[in-house]
Order: sequence, then structure tokens, then C-alpha cells
Amino acid sequence: MYAVNFLILGALLFSLGVFGVIARRNAVMVLMSIELILNAVNVNLIAFAMMNNSAEGHVFALYVIAVAAAEVGVGLAMVLMIYRNRRSIALDELSAMKG
Amino acid sequence: MLASTLSSGWFLENAWLIPLIPAIGFAFIIFFGKRMPQGGSEFGLLSMAASFAIAVGATVQWIQRVNSASSEGEHALGGFFGFARAVLPMAGEEGGHSAAFVEPVVRTWTWWQSGGLEFGVGQHIDGLSIMLLLLVTFISLLVQIYSTEYVSGDRRYTHFFAALTLFSAGMLVMVLAENMIQLILGWEIMGLCSFMLIGHWWEEAANSRAALKAFFTVRVGDVGLLVGTAVIFFGANDWAVERGSNGFSIRAISAWALSGEASNSVLFWGGVALFIAAIGKSGQFPLHTWLPDAMAGPTPVSSLLHSSTMVVAGVFLVARVYPVFFVGFDILDTAVNLITIIGGITIIAAAALAFVQDDIKKVLAYSTVSQLGYMMLGLGVGAWLPAVFHIFTHAFFKCALFLAAGSVSHSGSHHSFDMKKDMGGLARKMPITATTWMISTAALCGIPFFSGFFSKDEIIDNASHNGYQFFYWVGLIGAAMTAAYMTRATYLTFFGAPRGAAAGEHHDDHSDAHDAHAAHDAHDDHDAHHDDHHGRHAGPHESPWRITAPLVILASLAIFSGYLNAPAVGTHYFTDWVEPAGVAVAADHAATATDGEEHALGFAALAAEEEGGYSEGCGFTTPEDGTVCYAPKLSHAEFAWSKAAPSIVLVAFGILMSAWLSMGVFGDRKHPLKGLTSRSGIARRGHAFLVNKYYLDHLYEGVIVKAVAHPIAKAAYWINQNILDGVVNGVGRSGRATGEWVYRNLDQRVVDGAVNASGLVASETGHALQPIQSGKVNQYGALLFGAATVGAIVLILVNI
Repeated sequence: MYAVNFLILGALLFSLGVFGVIARRNAVMVLMSIELILNAVNVNLIAFAMMNNSAEGHVFALYVIAVAAAEVGVGLAMVLMIYRNRRSIALDELSAMKG
Repeated sequence: MLASTLSSGWFLENAWLIPLIPAIGFAFIIFFGKRMPQGGSEFGLLSMAASFAIAVGATVQWIQRVNSASSEGEHALGGFFGFARAVLPMAGEEGGHSAAFVEPVVRTWTWWQSGGLEFGVGQHIDGLSIMLLLLVTFISLLVQIYSTEYVSGDRRYTHFFAALTLFSAGMLVMVLAENMIQLILGWEIMGLCSFMLIGHWWEEAANSRAALKAFFTVRVGDVGLLVGTAVIFFGANDWAVERGSNGFSIRAISAWALSGEASNSVLFWGGVALFIAAIGKSGQFPLHTWLPDAMAGPTPVSSLLHSSTMVVAGVFLVARVYPVFFVGFDILDTAVNLITIIGGITIIAAAALAFVQDDIKKVLAYSTVSQLGYMMLGLGVGAWLPAVFHIFTHAFFKCALFLAAGSVSHSGSHHSFDMKKDMGGLARKMPITATTWMISTAALCGIPFFSGFFSKDEIIDNASHNGYQFFYWVGLIGAAMTAAYMTRATYLTFFGAPRGAAAGEHHDDHSDAHDAHAAHDAHDDHDAHHDDHHGRHAGPHESPWRITAPLVILASLAIFSGYLNAPAVGTHYFTDWVEPAGVAVAADHAATATDGEEHALGFAALAAEEEGGYSEGCGFTTPEDGTVCYAPKLSHAEFAWSKAAPSIVLVAFGILMSAWLSMGVFGDRKHPLKGLTSRSGIARRGHAFLVNKYYLDHLYEGVIVKAVAHPIAKAAYWINQNILDGVVNGVGRSGRATGEWVYRNLDQRVVDGAVNASGLVASETGHALQPIQSGKVNQYGALLFGAATVGAIVLILVNI
């Protein structure tokens, strides 16, 4: 079954993304990893849409792409502001959220 | 090609393009304006020129339609309009000209649907909307040409043109609105643009304050518009739906109001609410206070919005759904009604205020308010056509006056609008501006053979004709006052000895000159530019052609536009073209009326109507079954020089009196009246009363806002202190006794034990969890995905 291959690809991408989010220090890399995760979800959505022969999955994937674009826009703006204030975007040096 | 397009009715059919083109022009200015060599003004000019061209085409076709309707009676423009049918007139009116019913060109598209209601958007083209379409596009075009010179070099040049173009689009949407919802849409777009343009130089606190004041004052009236539309809708909807229309359609509302089936109280309260909207928008007493402040905007804005077009929106609203007011206020059977009272007060109050203004634009602003009062008065006394005609003529001469004032400040008084400080004796330095100003002043004063005479006198004459004797005198006194304050302004600006900037003096400190223009942003550029100018010309000089050309065009119209409807020379074109005939027509017109099946009905109605006498017809008797009326049948006063004589005499008296006083008070010679206000207590108090604008602003801000806001706050505080606290205290005291017992026995022993224990647990857990809140994003991410993994595993295990 082809769909299974897509799901496996999606799982791999997702794991890669999760690894990036957890292990990377650079904020931009983390953002990119989040993109990977979102695209893994997209691959899954398309795969399931193919399995069920329905267009809804495609539509939803388009939504995800739009939301991802907005999220990156906000994320990069934040990274820029952080860089401007601290001259660094290393996430492990950022602990202002410490409780 | 052109001839065939003209005869086919294409322009009338597609009149909806007229507002659409400026709307698109607005989008172009906003998105590409800054990149254009002329800063976007070319889009504005182009779109206005295109709209104007279509409006001219539509006007020509409308006139053809009217002419063929009155000569042939039926199938006015051939088969192209399925519904272009007119019913033959009843025996000619007193004037001897025929009054055939000319079918308006109505087209509707569905805008949106909600709860079974269809909201349409479309066009309703009749004489009134054709007249205003032509007027608005024409004046917008001239003002835009004028603006390219007047605001050149401004920091927000592009935005200025964007707002100006959007304003025109809004006004045009309202003018050809097919239903009340569309009318509200256009109305609100204008309100927004008005706000943007008044506050164009918002860096000056006074300007942004004026913009806010205009916006909020008009909003007060807008509540009336919404309420009125709703009241009329619920009154008319059932009647209209039966006839294939709905309660928002302007045609349906008019027909319903005249059908004799409408409840009078619904019409009355609907009319009152709509009239409140008109009070706000058209600057009628007591909501007129925003209009003079709106002069903080650039002069082209004052000229376009706050004198000739936007402020007539309220008058237009009343004229548009006139049957509602006609029946609701019982206009021909009373000697006084709400519209005439408000109109009458406005005429006199605003004219009196115009006497004490030093700012030339404020004189014109109060003059506008007063003239709008005339239009309202005209509508109130049943002189629909003279009122609409006054909109038409007033637009030309008031626009010319404002542009002339702008020209004076631009090239004559170094951006000052203060007549007493910076003007005087400019007639020799600026001959074109002075001539156009004086022609327009003559038109405004109603001097015979200028346009204002033919419109204003008709209103006054019809007031007495329709039994409003008191308001006839109000109109006459207002005319004399108009003549007097305009003479004063003319003398101060163009005659006498030059003062201040007009004498060539330069202001060193510009914040001193309290006009808006001097304080605006591009001031420095402007100054440099002007200093060059002054270096060469040494003082005041005539303005460049882009300013004088619109002035000359408008001033010649201020003379000639009156002859479209001058009973003194026997012309009545305007009446023929604009006034809807008050005859009953076949009811299928109320619906979309695209089929030609019910011809027979139309002629039956015709037969029934031919017997009607003077006091019968629409608005007086209920229309026959199967027929509807769209306009009340109004009679016009016959013109006679003997009847015009009192106003001519009073106007002449006003001019001479004011000229004598002005020369005395402001001239060099010694005069008994000079310094009267500093010597006589009564005069001083009267002067202060007027200078403070009847203390209306104080009333609104100091009294009403405080009276509404403060007592509510105080009452709330009192209730809080005495009632709520009392209850709370009472409950508290009785509770306390119980509480103490509970405290000793239950609390200390049982509850505290439990609480302490849980607190201890929570605290320990918190300490244990504290390390998790490291503030490190990666750790948070790891926790998140860890939790997700655990959740996923649980999900899988559960489902297996």
C-alpha cells in the first residue's frame, strides 16, 4: 500500500522535527524544525485524504500551510527582536521565562 | 457611434459605474499612488473625469427620456427598457408644462442574504439622483484640479487624494442608492472620509480634535438613521413584499407612504428618526457645531465636503424618501412642523453667528449651515423642487466662495484666514479671485439675476404659498442677514486698507497665525517656495491657473445655473427634468416591472387620474387599487416680481446697512459705532454670546457630558456606599457571630488541619516541579513532545 509509505515518511519527518526542536540551540533552526513537524502533518493529511478518497484532507493541508506561514512570520519577528536586544539567538541563554 | 450610444440609454443603464470608477481609483491611489510621478493624483483626476463623462451622458439621456415621456407618453426610449413606460399626464399643471411620470431606471443585484431577507445593491436613477450625480462628479473634478496646486508638496499628498476620491465614491453610492442599506453604506463612507480629511494635518491637536468632533457629532445623528431605517422597514416590509419588493427599497418606501395604508405614527416616528440623521449630517441646529470646526481641514476639503456636497446628504435623505415626511408630518395641512422649526432656527441662528467670525472660512461655514437651513425649510414647507434646486445652485456658488477663500490664503494672506489681521484691500492684487468671490456672493445673497435669487426666493415664496406664513418671514429675515454678513466679509477681505500679510508683512512666528494650513507638515517646503514667490512679487499676487480656472468656471455657473429654472424669464427646465410627477401609476412598477403585460392597468390608472383636480392626486387622496404613487403632487407658487419685491428690498437693505457699518467700524474714519462692544454692556454681552456660539459647545461638553456622566457616576457611588455596603455590613455582622463559633470549633480544628495538609502537599509538589520551569525553550519542547508521546502510547494501548 502506497499510503503506508507516505505515513512512514511523515513519521520520519516528524521525528526529525522533534529532534531539532529539542536538541538545537539556534532559534532559527528550531523554527525550521517546527516547519518540518507541520509539513510532516501535511504529508499525513494528504496520505489519509488519498486513503479515504476525499478532498477534505487537501483543503486542511492548505490551511496548515497558510497557518505555518503566519507562524514563521511571527516567529522570525520575535527572533529578530531577541537578537536586537541580546545580540544572540542561542536558546539556552534565554531563560527569562524561568518560573 | 456616440449618437447611437446616446440614444440607446447605455449611460442610464450603467450609471452604477459612476461610483465604481472612483472606488477603483481609490484602490489604485492607495496601492500605487506613491510610485506615480504625480503622487497618485492622476488616478483621482482620471477616475473623476471618467465618472463625470458618464454622468454627463446619463444626464443627456435622462433629459431625452423626460422629453420623450412628455411628448409621446409611452415607451419613452423604445424597446430597450422593458419598463420604460410613462403614463400620460393629467391636465397640465399651473405652469402650463406637462408632468408625465418618468419611470426611474432601477437595477438591483443581490448583495447578500440573511434570514430570508435579500439585501440589494443597485441604482435608482431619477431626476434627483441624476442632478446630484452630475453635481458631485463635476465639483469633485474641479476640486481635485484645484487641490493639485493647493496641497502640492504636502507630506500626505497621496493620502489626501485617496481620501478625496473615496469620498466622491461614497457620495455617489449614496446618491444612486436603490435601497436604504446602500444609502447607509455611502453615508458612512462619507463620514469616514470626512474624518480623515478634516484631520488631514493631525499633527496640530486642534485639527484632530475637530475631526473627532465632526465624527462623533455626526454619529449622534447616524443613530437616527439606523433607527429610522429600521422603523420604516418594519412598517413597510409586509406591504412591499406583497408587491414583489422589500421594506428597504426606496421606491417601495415612497409608494407605501403614499398608499394610504401606512400607519401615521410609524411614518411620523420614522420621519423624526431619519430627520435626526439629517440634522447631524447637514449641520442643522442644534448639531451644527461640528461644521465650523471642520474648517480645520484643507480648503479644498471644506469646499467639497463641508459646503457643496457631503453636507447636503441630509437634505438629500429627506428629499429622497420625501413621501415619508410628507405624510408623516402632514406637510401641506399644517403651519408648522419639525422640519420647518429646525430649518428656521438654523437659518437665523447660523446667520447671526456669521457676523462675529474673524476667520473667513468660518463665515462661509456658518453661511453654509444657514443655507442648509433654507433647503430644509423648503422641504418642510412642501417646496420640494425649490429646495432641490437650491442644492444645485448653492453647490456652485458656495464651492466658488470656498475656493476663493483658499486662493486668498494661498497667494494673498500668507496662509492666514484671519480677515481682520491679514486681509483687506486684496481686490486690486487678486482681480480674478475678487471678481469670482463677488459674483458668488451676489448669488448667495440672492441678488436678482444671479442663481441664488431663483432658488432661494422660490423657497421663501412657496413657504407663504403653502400656508407657512411665519416661516416666510423667517426666510426673508434670513435673506437680509445673509446679505449683511457676506457684505461684511467681502469688505474685510477685498476692500479697505491692507493689513498684516495682505500688506506684505511676513509672520515670523507661524504658530501665531491660527489657521490650519500654516501649521501643516510640509510647511517648511511651502515656506521656502513662498518666500521665493514673495521675493519676486513682493506681497499678495494672483493665484496660478489651476486655482483660478475652477474659480472662473464655478463663478460663471453661479450666474447661469439659475436660468435652468428661472420663472422670471420663463424657464422651467429643472422642474421638468428633476421633479417626479405626482401621478398614480400602474402598480407593477413597484415590482421590478420588466414585463409588459399590464399595460392595460397603466391606462386604467391614467383614466382614473385625469379627473383629478387641484387638491387631489398623490399625497392627498388614496391611490386607486392597482396603482401607486411615488411622489406627492405638489403645487408651485406662481412667480411674480411683486412677490419677489420684499426680499429684494430686504437684501438691498442688508447690503447697504452692512456696507455702511463695515466701513464705519472697520474703516479708518471715526464712527459712532466704532468700539461699541467695548463701551456698551449689552452689545458686549450679545457679542460674547455669539462669539461663544450660543454656548452650545459648553452645553454639550460642560453640561450634557457632565450631566450624563457625573450623576451616573455619583448615583452609582451612592448606591455602592449606602445600599450595597449596608447589605454587606448587615450580612457581615450577623455572619460574624456565626463565624466566630464556627471558627473556634470547626475551622481551627477540622478545616485548618486539612488546609495545612493540602498546602504542605502543594508546596512540596511545587518545589519538586520547579526545576521543570527552567525557562529553556528546548526543555519545554521536549516536555511537550514527551507528553504527546505518552498520550499517543496510551491511545494505542487503549485501542488495541
